[in-house]
Amino acid sequence: MLKKIYLGLMLFFMYAPIIVLMIFSFNASKSRARWGGFTLDWYAELFQDPGIMKALSNTLLIAVFSALAATVIGTLAAIGIELLGSRLKSAVMSVTNLPVMNPDIVTGVSLMILFIFFIRLAGGGGLGFGTLLLSHIIFNVPYVILSVIPKLRRLDGNLYEAAQDLGAPPMKAFLKVVLPEIMPGVVTGMMLAFTLSVDDFVISFFTTGSGVSNLSILIFSMARRGVNPKINALSTLIFLVVLVLLYLINRRDTRNQKKQNAGESILEI
Amino acid sequence: MKKLFAYPYVVWISIFIVVPLLLVLYYSLTAVDADGAAYFTLDNYRRFFEASTPGQPFLERIYVSVMLRSIWLALISTAICFVLGYPAAYIMAGKGFSDKSFLLFLFLVPMWMNFLLRTYAWLTILEQNGVLNNLLGFLGIPKLDILYTDAAVVLGMVYNFLPFMILPIYTSLRKTDRSLIEAAQDLGADGIKVFSRVVFPLSIPGVVSGVTMVFMPGVTTFIISNLLGGGQYILIGNLIEQQFLKVGDWRFGSAISVILIILILISMGIFARVDKEPVTTA
Repeated sequence: MLKKIYLGLMLFFMYAPIIVLMIFSFNASKSRARWGGFTLDWYAELFQDPGIMKALSNTLLIAVFSALAATVIGTLAAIGIELLGSRLKSAVMSVTNLPVMNPDIVTGVSLMILFIFFIRLAGGGGLGFGTLLLSHIIFNVPYVILSVIPKLRRLDGNLYEAAQDLGAPPMKAFLKVVLPEIMPGVVTGMMLAFTLSVDDFVISFFTTGSGVSNLSILIFSMARRGVNPKINALSTLIFLVVLVLLYLINRRDTRNQKKQNAGESILEI
Repeated sequence: MKKLFAYPYVVWISIFIVVPLLLVLYYSLTAVDADGAAYFTLDNYRRFFEASTPGQPFLERIYVSVMLRSIWLALISTAICFVLGYPAAYIMAGKGFSDKSFLLFLFLVPMWMNFLLRTYAWLTILEQNGVLNNLLGFLGIPKLDILYTDAAVVLGMVYNFLPFMILPIYTSLRKTDRSLIEAAQDLGADGIKVFSRVVFPLSIPGVVSGVTMVFMPGVTTFIISNLLGGGQYILIGNLIEQQFLKVGDWRFGSAISVILIILILISMGIFARVDKEPVTTA
């Protein structure tokens, strides 16, 4: 009983702030101190706010494109790394791990310095959407590599050679034999990259410029000016989207597991 | 031929990982003279440890005290996360809860919400006329005014990083071989002894990764201190942000970044040592 109460209290601690945000997103009074009646005005204002809508589309565009680019680069890189000799491989992996281990703030400022350095060399342009997208690709690539490499290790190298012996050109052998085998790792890496991109604030904060914001940056600048009911409405919507996505992913996983179990039992027969 | 396949990626990491870090190092070690020519110097580092008044004690110097405060607040938050998180992980890993993965899932769901929104949520609660004070006033308890103080920053860190503590401890407790516990019980150890001699020592790897995963983001954060600690509130992360985005002193900012990396490396070294130390069984 005591155990249940303890876990209940901990979960209350985790969820109370989110629930408070949700409740106040329906509060007609702008003050947090009192309840001024139920309203959906903040949601209406949220969708009419051009700044928020622009930030939302930036966030999604950057998440989709950076996840796709990082998946392609990361998958090819993982294959390349696996083909290297052991000494070179460990050197390349150590460098790959650097952004994962480094504090985000250091990655952020180091990329900011790099971009400004290049911009000065090129003599034009500035920080903005392009550098923001590039920085997301850069910090996502290691996570894709780390998801794909375990799958590559379990891959039977003979399969690829067998496909080639049977007359498949290298590209076809890769697409038909190697890629399907490592696909689960590639998909995990891509989803991870998408999530990290949507959630990132620190690196984006340093590598964007000229008024280009994603949601995190916008929330930061709004929150610094104090509590704002529109952010409450936005939080509620984001939380609901997250819940639905987690539910869908979970359902997919359990279904896959069931399929696997079914397949195994057939094999056993 | 096979080796060539990795070369584009080697070029990629050289440009986007190695060169940026070298640039940070370069800026931290240089200054420009009157003609605009760069020269090698350790002044940026010296400035970090410099006394603002003659004879100022080392630990009270302005930037040193910022660093110490960052370490201190991260340590307190880590300790609180451990004290709160270990029992939670222990209860979930133990008998009596059939749907363990669902419980764990409940603890992880808030992590999927944007980090800034989770921190921002505490503004609404902790404000002078916020939810907490209304509740306290309703119960007749005096108001708490902790927003924009150390306590609020620690609370923000604990709230944001608690699942990072629970998850690895839970995982290592789940991996504990039940027959070891039963063997200890058969040999006559009571509940406390089983825990202190068998269960806890076996969960140390989980504790170490939990401590690492809470301490590292805690010591480098600038968002939590910026939102809950108020405007002029400063941790080492805020210092770096200010140097790059407000003051525009890249050289000093780079030096602080290098100091932060060294701080992280030292703490990782310490944590790794604790992990490797053999469990003493007297």
